[in-house]
Amino acid sequence: MSTSTLTATTRPTTQRSSHVGWLILSLLTAITMAALMGAALLYAKPALNLAGDEQMAQRIFYIHIGSVIGCFVAFLMSLIGSIVYLNKRNLDWDRVAQASVEIGIVLGMSTTLAGSIWSKPTWNTYWTWDPRLTTTTITLLIYIAYLLFRNGIDNRYTRARFSSIYALFAFLSVPLTYYSARWFRSIHPIVFNGANPDAQGSFNIGETMSQTLWVATIGYCLLFSTLLIFRWRQLRLQDRIDALREEME
Amino acid sequence: MSVSLPASSPVEATAELGVVQPLATSPVIMHTGSGFGRYWRKVWLIMAKDLRIELRAKEILVVMIAFSALAVIIFGLAFDLRVPRATMVVPGVLWGILLFSGILGLNRSFSAEQDHQTLLALLLAPIDRTALYLGKFLANLLFMLLMAVVLLPMLLFIFDVNLFRFWILAAILLGSIGYVAVGTLFAALTASIRARESMMPILLLPVMAPVFMAGIKVAEQVLDGRDWTDFQNWLGMLVAFDLIFLTAAFLLFDLIWEEM
Repeated sequence: MSTSTLTATTRPTTQRSSHVGWLILSLLTAITMAALMGAALLYAKPALNLAGDEQMAQRIFYIHIGSVIGCFVAFLMSLIGSIVYLNKRNLDWDRVAQASVEIGIVLGMSTTLAGSIWSKPTWNTYWTWDPRLTTTTITLLIYIAYLLFRNGIDNRYTRARFSSIYALFAFLSVPLTYYSARWFRSIHPIVFNGANPDAQGSFNIGETMSQTLWVATIGYCLLFSTLLIFRWRQLRLQDRIDALREEME
Repeated sequence: MSVSLPASSPVEATAELGVVQPLATSPVIMHTGSGFGRYWRKVWLIMAKDLRIELRAKEILVVMIAFSALAVIIFGLAFDLRVPRATMVVPGVLWGILLFSGILGLNRSFSAEQDHQTLLALLLAPIDRTALYLGKFLANLLFMLLMAVVLLPMLLFIFDVNLFRFWILAAILLGSIGYVAVGTLFAALTASIRARESMMPILLLPVMAPVFMAGIKVAEQVLDGRDWTDFQNWLGMLVAFDLIFLTAAFLLFDLIWEEM
């Protein structure tokens, strides 16, 4: 196949206006994330039923939930990218999938890290085999494997196709892993829609808390979108460089 | 991958005899479809081919069994003096060994074809690709189960725990089906890539987490003398895993082979 199909040529006329768009999006993301930090640390009222270290640690909840939402959106986006790639065979969608996985891994690690910092004062341990922890970790391992797998394939189209197939399989196993881990045992608080009677460090959501949570949700979705667009563009340029290099040889 | 016909096709031969046929009426007939029995015969042929190769070369099953024996001894040494009762660790040991030595067999499933340069011939064979998948799947499943048949007495011998209980055996069968269903597809994915041997466990093991957990739980509960109702949800999980992944592999297997 010719190299011209690898990258659609970007038209210079639209480039300037899209630069402005990126700038606005980046600024918006930075502002929302800054607002989130302020809201999480100062605006949201402390959890009344908790005390001492637990009460302070509860504030990491906003970062924790924010990044897990971003992480979920990212992995969902990678699934969409993979399915559309297998249908349309347009490498742009493969780049969407790859960029989403990379961002999802970062956000997933941030979720785990924030959770560990919270769970030390609350559960008195950094780690436990709770279903949500187990599922997040295994999901992260699956997507790290996805990136490693991609690296091993030389042909650009084979790489896109194989990793899309793997992403589909990977995503199918996540709910099964979650239910298996849940039957193992659970001490994780369920803050929304129901409660876990065995939960340690649970609390209910007040008004300032839910407002902060909305800021977190919007902020992390914006963060994901911004990173996705930048990374996608970078991957596109990288493919173009590879194509040009191949042409020169 | 493209198939090009040789220049001297039967059309020319018949043209010389004076019977002129238009090209379109004599396409290459691929015997890909029609008939349940014929389909399963093809599946059987693929499977029989793999088993025959194994009987002659002894590349897969012997390696799997040797590895599992080694692993039993390693775990036996590791846990011997540290664990009060062997039944506490045997479920984990059983499933750990099944998964790890299973990878050795699955790795060879398609990479052997790649190494002997028979993969292309296999793909050119006039059969449905899903028959190829099913044949490979059944052969790998058989290797897995044969390995388990040798593994269980070894565990009895070293750990003195009898695992020949109906529900443990059922869980091994169900777990192996799901494991090999995904593993066969991943073996096809990794057959042509760099560092395929080391890639396989990294890809396969995280996806296998539900099978691993369910298998361990069933073995644990049976060894604790629990009733069937206590672990039926785990058996349900295994059945769900098998159905979901067999269907997905069935649908996606054809997408793997587009260019070589």
